[in-house]
Amino acid sequence: MPSPSVPRAVVRRRRTGPHPILLLPAIAFFVFFAIIPLFGAVALSFTQWDGIGPVSFVGLDSWKTVLSDTQTWHGLRLSLLLMVVSWVVQMPLSLLLGVFIAGNQKYRAVLSAVYLLPMLLSSAAIAIAFKNLLDPNFGIGSALHLPILVQDWLGNPRLVIYVVVFIIAWQFVPFHTLLYQAGARGIPVQLYEAATIDGAGTLQQFFHITLPQLRNTIVTSSTLMLTGSLTYFDVVYVLTAGGPGNATRLLPLDMYLTGFQTNQMGLASVLAVILVVIGLALAFVLTRASGFAKMNSDQEGL
Amino acid sequence: MYFEVCGVGTKENTLALRSKIDRRVAVLAVAVATAVALTSCGTPGPVQSPDGEGAPAANTGSASAWVMSGTAEEAFNASFARWNDAHPDELISTETFANDAYKQKIRPAIGAGEAPTLIYGWGGATLADYVATDSVIDLSDLLDTTALGEDLLPAVLQSGEVDGKLYGIPNNIVKPVVLYYNKDVFNDVGLDVPESWNELMAIVPKLVDAGVAPFSVAGQAQWTLLPYFAYLVDRIGGPDVIASAAEGTPDAWSDPAVTEALVKIQELVDAGGFVNGFASISTDGGADAALLYSGKAAMMLGLPATYDNVKTGMPEFVEEGNLGWAPFPAVDGGKGDPANLTGNPTNFWSVSADATPEQQQAAKDYLGQMMDDGYVEDLIATGGIPPVNMSEDKLAASDDADYFQAMYEMIDSAPSFQLSLDQALPPVAGQELLIQLQQIFLNQITPAEFVDAMNETIGK
Repeated sequence: MPSPSVPRAVVRRRRTGPHPILLLPAIAFFVFFAIIPLFGAVALSFTQWDGIGPVSFVGLDSWKTVLSDTQTWHGLRLSLLLMVVSWVVQMPLSLLLGVFIAGNQKYRAVLSAVYLLPMLLSSAAIAIAFKNLLDPNFGIGSALHLPILVQDWLGNPRLVIYVVVFIIAWQFVPFHTLLYQAGARGIPVQLYEAATIDGAGTLQQFFHITLPQLRNTIVTSSTLMLTGSLTYFDVVYVLTAGGPGNATRLLPLDMYLTGFQTNQMGLASVLAVILVVIGLALAFVLTRASGFAKMNSDQEGL
Repeated sequence: MYFEVCGVGTKENTLALRSKIDRRVAVLAVAVATAVALTSCGTPGPVQSPDGEGAPAANTGSASAWVMSGTAEEAFNASFARWNDAHPDELISTETFANDAYKQKIRPAIGAGEAPTLIYGWGGATLADYVATDSVIDLSDLLDTTALGEDLLPAVLQSGEVDGKLYGIPNNIVKPVVLYYNKDVFNDVGLDVPESWNELMAIVPKLVDAGVAPFSVAGQAQWTLLPYFAYLVDRIGGPDVIASAAEGTPDAWSDPAVTEALVKIQELVDAGGFVNGFASISTDGGADAALLYSGKAAMMLGLPATYDNVKTGMPEFVEEGNLGWAPFPAVDGGKGDPANLTGNPTNFWSVSADATPEQQQAAKDYLGQMMDDGYVEDLIATGGIPPVNMSEDKLAASDDADYFQAMYEMIDSAPSFQLSLDQALPPVAGQELLIQLQQIFLNQITPAEFVDAMNETIGK
């Protein structure tokens, strides 16, 4: 491609960009609900406060308490485990499903409607439904007479985290499937036509056209998955409340329980700040490492 | 994106400022952050009263009360409706909340000085906390000016006291935890209901051999495990053991009664005392009670809700007299009186210190006459024992007269009534207890590790 593409892009940006004032509502919302509370959390992390008594400044005490608490590191390990395993499970699954339902056949449209159903349910409803389905005596295992499904799903401290991974995947794979479907539908059909003429089979087309063309979708979806599972809270809270024992007490859940069950707002704020820092670092590294920030087009030359 | 909203929202965030006004701002920030987290993450939020008896009252004008949804909701609302009809000059508006939503909301509201005039509570450490921060007012004079002192059961009234002064007026049924059992199972296997822990341990292998789980328990909800521990500690060491832990005595958990209770629990677990997969069973669908009436389990410890769950799940089981109830077994050589109870003595109304004098007066006038015949009957209709001295004929008229009379006798004759431990202990200790005890039941930790972890919570 010859060089004129650069000045053309500049001109286009100047001409078609929306007026900056349109950003104001979004920025105001973000500042009010994210930035101000964030500074509040940072300030509170240097205090001791039980929610109704006076707020007292204690310097770095809360930080020392949190960082020397084994529960913090246990929660962090669990969150990282959940993050990695969730990505390993969800990414390939939603990629394949997304590419599959991107096809125009009627039966695929029907199936995609079925796949997307979990998106309609609230997290609390999903958690309560699964809690009942997983009941060892009256759950799905005994209803279908399938002994393999009669396990101590939520009561076995080693098993439960993978049950959580499964349920989160069940909830979020549809959303990511939708992203991949959109991504796959955006791939120009000429690429496939050219490849077919050159004699490439379905598998080769998938690996040499679909996958590279979905690069930006993969980065976007993976960033959402990774940062999402780092701060994941609601299903776990309703499903296990961190139990059995502390087997699913993820860092965000630990923060919530510390703040709202045991009324230690200072300690909870420390955990909140730690989560923010890890989350930001993660998002930053991901966008840098993947070259996503450069926003290169994948379709140069078409 | 919804991920981010959940993440940011749950970070309870505030401005660390010292004066009272600023503290209100801080509380508001927390409330906003929580509200964002809850609505965007889909956890159940407050339930608006369906019949909408007035908007949430501001701190001027009429008094207000936040009512808990659930079994006693109708009794509360009917009582306030009768009051408002008769006292147009001292109106009390109500707003209804679900249990968990209420617990999350009431604390920030009190901190911000926005609490309702009548504060619903469970007594225990939370009430003591409200008293320590001057959030609620002393109601002791109601005992002199009204008949409350004669009407209410002394053991229950005591749980509304802090440092000898009355801060909570009992307003709900008394909820003792007792042993429920399936008479059919005991007859089929040819066993008697155990009256001592040794008898209990002797029948466990027989039940297991017969293919019946000795105990059903919804172990997924951690609090369901507390009564086993609370009762054993009480039977072995008497009520003082828990009392000294609640007061924050250093090393209170090192009392030998605690270790002995934990050893007994793990012996029971190892003997197959609990239904398979008990830690996966949740309370939501009444699965624990279903195991009992379907004959898959022989016994369970439960609140009065157990009776209701069984009756709802299988009415003929109760009608045919197959559901039995008994006190928790005694422990041979133990110091505690086998008539002692644990559970939730009742709920309470406290009066907010932030309310205006007029609102406080209206609330006190209401509380003074609350336990009228209509209220007592409404409470009995919810399936429990009101916290009042009663003539037996009131209970005899009920469909479940046998059950009610047995419960009333147990409550009336209990020398001590231990509040559920997660409420009785300070929040940090209460939370830790739930975690540690579940790990004891799952054999993940030893009693010694439990004792160390609990001793660490003293003074926090």
